[in-house]
Amino acid sequence: MSENIPAELRYTKSHEWVRRNPDGTLTVGITDHAQHALGDLVFAETPEAGRTVATGEACAVVESVKAASDVYAPLAGTILEGNGGLADAPEKINTDPYGEGWLWKLKPADGKELDALLDAGAYGRFLAESAE
Amino acid sequence: MTQQTPLHARHVELGARLVDFGGWDMPLQYGSQLEEHHAVRRDAGMFDVSHMRAVDIEGPRAEEFLRRLLANDVARLSERGKALYSCMLNEAGGVIDDLIVYFLEPGRYRLVVNAGTADSDLAWIGRQAGPLGVALRPRGDLAMIAVQGPNARARAAGLLPAADEARALALGPFFGGPLSILDGNVFVARTGYTGEDGFEIMLPAEHAVALWDRLLGAGVRPCGLGARDTLRLEAGMNLYGNDMDATTTPLESGLAWTVAFGAGRDFVGRAALEAQRAAGVPRKLVGLLLEDKGILRSHQKVHAGAAGDGETTSGSYSPTLERSIALARVPAATGAGVEVEIRGKRLRARVVRPPFVRHGRAQIAL
Repeated sequence: MSENIPAELRYTKSHEWVRRNPDGTLTVGITDHAQHALGDLVFAETPEAGRTVATGEACAVVESVKAASDVYAPLAGTILEGNGGLADAPEKINTDPYGEGWLWKLKPADGKELDALLDAGAYGRFLAESAE
Repeated sequence: MTQQTPLHARHVELGARLVDFGGWDMPLQYGSQLEEHHAVRRDAGMFDVSHMRAVDIEGPRAEEFLRRLLANDVARLSERGKALYSCMLNEAGGVIDDLIVYFLEPGRYRLVVNAGTADSDLAWIGRQAGPLGVALRPRGDLAMIAVQGPNARARAAGLLPAADEARALALGPFFGGPLSILDGNVFVARTGYTGEDGFEIMLPAEHAVALWDRLLGAGVRPCGLGARDTLRLEAGMNLYGNDMDATTTPLESGLAWTVAFGAGRDFVGRAALEAQRAAGVPRKLVGLLLEDKGILRSHQKVHAGAAGDGETTSGSYSPTLERSIALARVPAATGAGVEVEIRGKRLRARVVRPPFVRHGRAQIAL
């Protein structure tokens, strides 16, 4: 299937995406590939504002009918906000994974760490290789 | 080595996500598990259940044998084609399997048992049957398709020639019978595992694909094991291995109603159940409706206050209720409210009496 991988975002091998906002904060969510693999999502638990997270730390959970999946912090920093709109409409992660389905906003500990993540091309190649 | 049903190629062609279930490669879902669930509640869906095992029990002492083997009493099956749901117990009263037994004709019954326990069930039944001279005939030659939903019977029967269509539609709930097509080798039963009306159709394996295709053509939606699980949970139906197993009795599993304690019938496990009843059954299986936000799953700890602790046995999101529900084994004194531990947090849940949903409608206050 053709993957939806916006060019301006960065990615991880655990299928999270990161957007750098104009004010230097970051927004994080899961990719279209991930939401498709998980199926219909019926619950999302997002981190609380003020929490400090380390790179790779599990800080959100998304649940499909069948199973719960951890979402990992691509970058370390302080949580500014979890997406409260998902409480009543977790399906936004399925229908709009890069927009209304965002999971949390972060003040990064280190502004340069973002560049070490995969760009759209590298993530696309990673998906293609994993499918073989 | 995983086994495949006669419909495996169809599942692959339809784009199903396949999973191993009890040693069988089965469809979890074909697209959206939620839509498959809704199709059964609102219209008609079909399940390949050929992984389950039909076993025919034959002989002049078949009734006597089954009255001893099963916790429910087949003597209740007074008419040809009548069926009942029963547990099969070990000597300690633990549940070896749950099954449906059909009275086909005098001296012949059909049991349908679960896929994961089929081999051990057959071994157990064989050991019990020896002395009574009954024959066991596992029917691995049969495939089975369950068609379920408010429009299921009409859609399925509509594919048949007129006399068979009438025969099928005349079946009362929990009755089955043979059709005349395919030399009488098709058996239709008005049973199911969804809480909706419908049929379970048993037929020679070589004709399974043709039936599946005709049902597809009639607009019946293929549904996978994911939807099967949310449907049966909403209907308050136990899943063997989750909600009961060989270490739990029917009395602790919400299945006391399936045990016939009538006078003069000894059955395997009866003494153990009577002892448990006399001492007071310490645990019960209840329904839970989650009140805080989250999803109940199996093996979550249940805090019942002064009554003590229990555990969820099955849990999921209910697509019809749009809430999370579960079955849980809790201390007998558990009251109206409990807390369930999910990822270190205690969430509130209300104790309810299943079923949660029947014939498309909520049966509990939300």
